Amino acid sequence: MTTELPAGSAGSAGVADATRRPDLAGDAIAAYTLQLTKVYGSGDTRVVALDSVDVQFQKGRFTAVMGPSGSGKSTLMHCVAGLDSPTSGRIVIGDTEIGPLKDKQLTQLRRDRIGFVFQAFNLVPTLTAEENILLPLAIAGRKPDPDWYRTVIDTVDLADRLGHKPTELSGGQQQRVACARALISRPDIIFADEPTGNLDSRSSAEVLGFLRHSVEEFGQTIVMVTHDPVAASYADRALFLADGAIVAELDRPSRESVLALMATIDPRHLDAAQTADHAAQTRTLPGAGTPADSAQRRS
Amino acid sequence: MYRAAWKSLLHRRARLLLSVLAIVLGVAFVSGSFIFTNMLSVSFNGILRGTVADVNVDPVGTYTSGGSAFGTQASTIGQVLLTPADLQKFRGVDGVTSATGTVFSINTYPIGRNGKVIASIGPPGIGHNWYTDPAYGGITGVRLRSGHAPLTDNQMVVDPTTLTKSGYRLGDMMKVSLPNGDVVSRTVVGTAEWGSGGTVGATYVFFTTAEAQKLLLGGKDGFTGAWITTDPGASIPDVVTRVQAVTPKDFEAVSGKTAADATATSINKALSFINTFLLVFAAIALLVASFLIVNTFSIIVAQRGRELALFRAIGASRRQMTRTVLFEAAVTGFIGSTLGLGLGWLLAVLIRVLFKRLGIDLGSALPGVTLEAVAWSYAVGMIITMVSAWMPARKAGHVPPVAAMNGDVMTGTGNLGIRAVIGVALTLVGAAGMGVGLWTHISNRALVIGIGAALVLLGVAGASPLLGRPVIAVMGWFYRRLFGEIGKLAALNAVRQPRRTAATASALMLSLALVTTLSVLGSSASKSIHSVVATSMTSDFTMQSVTGGLLPASLPATVSAVPGVATAAPFYTSVVLDNGNQTFITVADPSGFNTLIAQTMVSGTLNSRDGTVIVDQVAAQRRGLSVGDTMVVTSPLNRSQVTLTVSGIYRTDSPGLGNYIVNVATGRSLGAPDAPVAIAIKDASGADTAAVRAALDAATADLPTVVVMNKAEYAGQLTSQVDQLLNMIYALLGLAIVIAVLGIVNTLALSVIERTREIGLLRAIGITRPQLRRMVTLESVIIALLGSVLGVTMGVAFGTALQRSLADSGLSELVIPWGELLLYLVAAAVVGVIAAVWPARHAARLNMLRAIATE
Repeated sequence: MTTELPAGSAGSAGVADATRRPDLAGDAIAAYTLQLTKVYGSGDTRVVALDSVDVQFQKGRFTAVMGPSGSGKSTLMHCVAGLDSPTSGRIVIGDTEIGPLKDKQLTQLRRDRIGFVFQAFNLVPTLTAEENILLPLAIAGRKPDPDWYRTVIDTVDLADRLGHKPTELSGGQQQRVACARALISRPDIIFADEPTGNLDSRSSAEVLGFLRHSVEEFGQTIVMVTHDPVAASYADRALFLADGAIVAELDRPSRESVLALMATIDPRHLDAAQTADHAAQTRTLPGAGTPADSAQRRS
Repeated sequence: MYRAAWKSLLHRRARLLLSVLAIVLGVAFVSGSFIFTNMLSVSFNGILRGTVADVNVDPVGTYTSGGSAFGTQASTIGQVLLTPADLQKFRGVDGVTSATGTVFSINTYPIGRNGKVIASIGPPGIGHNWYTDPAYGGITGVRLRSGHAPLTDNQMVVDPTTLTKSGYRLGDMMKVSLPNGDVVSRTVVGTAEWGSGGTVGATYVFFTTAEAQKLLLGGKDGFTGAWITTDPGASIPDVVTRVQAVTPKDFEAVSGKTAADATATSINKALSFINTFLLVFAAIALLVASFLIVNTFSIIVAQRGRELALFRAIGASRRQMTRTVLFEAAVTGFIGSTLGLGLGWLLAVLIRVLFKRLGIDLGSALPGVTLEAVAWSYAVGMIITMVSAWMPARKAGHVPPVAAMNGDVMTGTGNLGIRAVIGVALTLVGAAGMGVGLWTHISNRALVIGIGAALVLLGVAGASPLLGRPVIAVMGWFYRRLFGEIGKLAALNAVRQPRRTAATASALMLSLALVTTLSVLGSSASKSIHSVVATSMTSDFTMQSVTGGLLPASLPATVSAVPGVATAAPFYTSVVLDNGNQTFITVADPSGFNTLIAQTMVSGTLNSRDGTVIVDQVAAQRRGLSVGDTMVVTSPLNRSQVTLTVSGIYRTDSPGLGNYIVNVATGRSLGAPDAPVAIAIKDASGADTAAVRAALDAATADLPTVVVMNKAEYAGQLTSQVDQLLNMIYALLGLAIVIAVLGIVNTLALSVIERTREIGLLRAIGITRPQLRRMVTLESVIIALLGSVLGVTMGVAFGTALQRSLADSGLSELVIPWGELLLYLVAAAVVGVIAAVWPARHAARLNMLRAIATE
């Protein structure tokens, strides 16, 4: 359990100078956002999914993004990953600001520099496991580095399943194939959207262990959206969203600390959260406002 | 339950639209056929009612022995005439109001401003005297449309279509080619048409009665018939009987009704090929459309798997589910049938417009929607749709609700099993049938081969998921080489649901199999004709009339005088009755033997003596004639009996000349006119062919109906008729291809909807929009090429088999038009690209996130 925020967190970067790249003390940044806002609909159906979010994802670290349903965690991931376009604000992957990118450049960015693992339907059903793993490279017309390919296959333990079609693989195996595909192009960052949402606990552990392993062994940067405290406990850091804003974060989260924090950011327990001893471990981020504030702003 | 079904239906408009489209197209052909058929008979009735009088007196056989305005031979017209005295007798009959002499002839062709004859192949060019007596039942007979009636001998009236086509205006001088081949000029003073209008392609020229007698009957003071109107209230049958009593022996009196019915029957017979054609075509279109409908509904029901499962989970019975789907199908079928009925009506109008452009005016009446058309449209549209929907719905009902709700959308990748087995079995049986037709000596070989081919076609359609695999495999290989990963994905997508791909391709397959068969037959026919002409046409040039009518009587003498011409042998024809059958007699002197076409005497001597005939070997065998035998024929001239003695038997490879040849003197006794139908011309040895040609052209420059043809041109003229027929068939098959294209659009669009999530995934991991579009397009091209490769392959087999079986009947050469076939494949690929435009665009525009998150 840490009691301090890691250097380079949103808090120390400040929000006053939104145009300046955050000057980071230690870890390099794989991706960050400035004042990221996403609004769906208009009038009566207007929903603010992300409300001026500033967030950084450090290189070589495993970040879990958590929050209740509708908190905006998936929207955050979709925007940062270039799958969805923000209403306003900036998103930078590595040193590329993705806002001005045309669809084609954005697609190539996703292909070459981002890896994806989704909750379900990760694989193209007509292709074998091996073909699925190599798909991003094949689309780009590139050959895999044989050593790296071998390493990835061994790591996900799929050597004997490579010729199988997705329907012939178990859910866990399918997710491991998806992980291998995400890794194969050595992306700057891998986004995982509830990667264990459909898996039993044993398969979940395998997949999460593999993600953890790739962070530690290969220095891979991973951002994982999850609502599972156990999954979050594999991460180096956990961010908590509520009502479109980052309301808290945890360094080296454990299942217990996540559960405890989650209890506090549930609006019903908000008052308690701010006064309880959890406050010692967490810090409500400046500028993000309280969930209650956000709720008011939306109305 | 029905409310839920109704809402689901309205909720998915795109889906509804696509399935309706398939039905609309299939039904349109059915209703179009019926409406057009009905329109034809209504038009004819309208036209015919105006062309007959209450009582008509015409030469015997005009309405009975298959003869009619269309069937009457030029050579028989004017051989027997009514006299003014006969007309006077008719006027004296009780109940007769008036009796007008008619002068009628075919082979009278107006000539346009461009010097070309205004005629279309088939319908006659009619010359007539002008009279305005009312027609049957007191309706208007000839109706003046503009200008005035021909008042003097140098004036004439034509039908409005002819005037438009001629490029002349009222008051202009127009040339007319007469039955005897002469050409005269007259001033056009008006336009007129019969009854309700429409000429069904015929051209009409009206002269004053005196002028008609002079031009059409060679100046004889007689009439080809009489137009009798009856007193109001008189019983027409009674008047007919009384008129018949005073009618000379070569004529008969018939009521207007009898005359109209007889003519309608013979015209309908002449044009029935159009009906047959349209209905055969409707059957093909329906078959193609049912493939599409079945296909569409199996995809739709599969896609609704979850929705149906939800209904099941909350307590709807399997039967209720089936009923829901059937209800949806019934609504879709009803909408589709209604629209199809409308489209069919438009199709009929369109065909009429096309006919009019070809010179066949079917009158001005709008086509009526008959009860028959309505009944068939709805029966066909709704039954096919409901059966198509019922099959997949039943299958969907068997999926346990929980499985359907949890699993991803499952579409019938289904077992190929039974269908493929039946398909292969049918193919083998059909192939065996074709083999029997080819290699054994049964009668009706072409028919047996045709049935065999139909079975093969159905069999291959059924087994195409299996048979298509090698085709797709080969294409997949090329795709990988040419388009890399995108090509590979496209090829894999195409084999994902082999049945769906195959069913979609079947539509194109069917059309292209037919087109290819016809191409092979057409090319073979052209080549065969050319080679027959090359070997069997013995003259250097032939002269004929472009109208198929007569050449001027003086032409043989003119041609003989042309420098460089060695011989000019004229050929005449007559039609006689041989044992009651109309039989062509060719009239040519012995000097004409072997001059037009290659002929060799097998036995006996030439027809140099009067009363002798030489007979084609095949016909002689069939009729049991040998040298020395006699045949008694009925001459159209006074219906006298003439005895012909067979003096010789000849053989020829060219069927063009008929089977019986008599000399000119004998021909005259058989009613042959002194105007020839053809002249065979031989150069003097050493003459410059080009110079002779130029001299012949110069000699006939004033005769627009006369054409001079060398061998190649003669063959070309023969093949152009084959080509014309083929073009018509291609045009209709083109419509089947339109259905096939829409089928591909349909399948692709539904596939794209079905693969929304996968497309989202592909986009997320880095496939660009152009790549995605290319993927869909390549899949479409695979479907199109699969259908066309199978279709063209079968077409080549069918065409070859049919040619082989018809080799003895004149189709001696087999030509497979490889260039054309390649063009079909290229066209199919283009069709694939076009069909993919919309689905590919849709796929590329899918919202990625919604795609990933979609149910």
